Amino acid sequence: MSLQRLALSRIRGTLPGNPACMGCPHNIGLKIVGRVLGERAVLVIPAGCSTIISGFWPREGFDLPILHVPFASAPAVAAGLRASHEASGVDSIVVVWSGDGAAADIGFATLSGAAVRNDDILVIVSDNEAYMNTGIQASGTTMWRALTTTTPVMGKTEERKDLALLMLMHRVPYVATASIAYPTDFAAKLEKAASIRGFRFIHLHSPCPPGWRFDSDKTVYVAKLAIETGAWILWEYSGGKLSINPVSRPYADKAKRKPLAEYLKLQGRFAHLREEDIKAIEEKIEANWRLLKELERIYSG
Amino acid sequence: MARRVLMGNTAVAEAVRLAGVQVVTAYPITPQTVIVERIAEMVERGELKARYIRVESEHSALALVYGAAAGGARAFTATSSHGLLYMYEMLWWVAGSRLPIVMAVVTRSIGPPWGLHSDHHDALTVRDTGWIIGFASSVQEAFDMTLQAFKISEDRRVMLPAMVALEGFTLSHTAEPVEMPDEKSVSEWLPPREPLPFKIEPGKAFAVGNTGPDEVTMELKWLAWRAMERSRFVIRETDLEYAKRFGLRSYGGLVEDVYAKGSDYVVVAMGAWCGDLKEAVEKLRGEGYRVGLLRIRYFRPFPWEELREVSQNAKAVLVIDRAVSIGHRGILGLEVSSAIGDRVPVKNVIAGIGGVDTGPEDFYSIVKTFIEEYESGSIEGWSIPEWYMPWMGVVSK
Repeated sequence: MSLQRLALSRIRGTLPGNPACMGCPHNIGLKIVGRVLGERAVLVIPAGCSTIISGFWPREGFDLPILHVPFASAPAVAAGLRASHEASGVDSIVVVWSGDGAAADIGFATLSGAAVRNDDILVIVSDNEAYMNTGIQASGTTMWRALTTTTPVMGKTEERKDLALLMLMHRVPYVATASIAYPTDFAAKLEKAASIRGFRFIHLHSPCPPGWRFDSDKTVYVAKLAIETGAWILWEYSGGKLSINPVSRPYADKAKRKPLAEYLKLQGRFAHLREEDIKAIEEKIEANWRLLKELERIYSG
Repeated sequence: MARRVLMGNTAVAEAVRLAGVQVVTAYPITPQTVIVERIAEMVERGELKARYIRVESEHSALALVYGAAAGGARAFTATSSHGLLYMYEMLWWVAGSRLPIVMAVVTRSIGPPWGLHSDHHDALTVRDTGWIIGFASSVQEAFDMTLQAFKISEDRRVMLPAMVALEGFTLSHTAEPVEMPDEKSVSEWLPPREPLPFKIEPGKAFAVGNTGPDEVTMELKWLAWRAMERSRFVIRETDLEYAKRFGLRSYGGLVEDVYAKGSDYVVVAMGAWCGDLKEAVEKLRGEGYRVGLLRIRYFRPFPWEELREVSQNAKAVLVIDRAVSIGHRGILGLEVSSAIGDRVPVKNVIAGIGGVDTGPEDFYSIVKTFIEEYESGSIEGWSIPEWYMPWMGVVSK
């Protein structure tokens, strides 16, 4: 897989001049979705940043067919849309392009229901770890201690939920994590998902410049550091086999990871952290690695 | 034409089968459940070539049929009470998107306390959403109205979702003989859905439902309002056409007039209990009272023209309500008053909330009291709910 293969489709996903913030990770993710899934893709988008990025009528920020839907409804709408395509013999990949609020919080029951039914849809959660569109409020995937406008002084006091692992436990055919900093890895996962029928889930890590408070030219850099410090792990589950991907593999070894502070210090949302907080996050990351390594052993195909 | 004895719920399921629905989904709630259980059975037995999808909530049920309708499929769902309330957000979205969908609402009271029996709060609570709302009063009508709902909803002049309300248990679980047209003649009358110009499928790059200037929101609302106005004609036309084509009776469009036109006293009501109300009206007429019943068949669009016409020469109007807007009056009473204005005095009575039994004798005495009050001149309080809006059947009074 090379980057050149991304040019297979003439579909660009998002178009120049759309109203996304500078350095927006969704633009990067959507471009890859457009190039890889191309003419077969139909997007269902619940309320969130991408509602805005899609543009203000009569202009359009995407070159894909899009159905905008209420916050908690997207996977169910997508299942119905796909059922209608099946009934009329239309070849389509119905994609839910969702944020973390819609997927992990308000629409979690809807997501879970679609997974249990093994509906023939692909759900991509572009996770910027808070309710960014409404102005940076804490969500179910916001990191512990991160400052948001609803956790303004101490930072978030609760743990974040691991959405991809929750979806894995729904026993669906395909689950993967991805990062906007690794387009070839994400593209390969999209291609793989497109070749499978049934419920497919990709959890895309999407650092948000205004929400995490880092410079807008550093989106990819921050996303890359998340991988290199082991804070975000790329893995894939398919056909009964879970594997930690080559990009993340080296960081299974704690000694090979970059210091976590390098990742955290770039982000204003962690500016208030004390030494012991950083240590505690490091321990959480290590616990996550232990869990994934164990899952890789259990789901060894 | 076949004649079968069916419960209301089964009759609705038969109408869905005859309509050739392609996608069906629902979340279980009493007393609606039998409709979708029966449809699930039809699908598994191959009597209906459709996808039956078991969702995890009513919100998702309506979301799913919305997606199916956006892709061009004929779709159906059903619910009751709290289920309908749980759909509330999606009700607006579906109507605002101008997609044809049919939903049966088997009416049931809203808690607390939990109760299974009928009143009209659930269906009337959603009156502003942009759905066509019909109220059946017999099993035959539940069948006819469901089948006609597809035709009306999909009509290019309308393109609005349609709700068929039928009373929980009184209709849903009561068996009556039903005349059913055969599959072939129904499919000639109701062919597969016409493709939409804005069908969502791959390769067509455009967005539905995205943001826009304020004027667009207002314009879309106006277009929906205008379509609802046009639906009056389509409902009347469909009622007549259906009756003629299948040799069944026409109900009279948005209302059913039982001696109302030309009577001194007009009683207005809705739903299954109109059968008992008819009995009471017949009895009173036998005693020489010039009274008639105007049964509301469609609450949206609201039949204000019919109401004005019928009440034009009437002395007084009585509205018997099965739902109340707390802080104001009965919901139907409010609508009737707004339609006929101050021309005629209107009395509003609340009854049958939570399924409290109201039979022919009750109606007889409610209507008789109303006429006697008018004739003795004691009507000044009719329009002041704080001190005069009788609640029939309230125990603690």
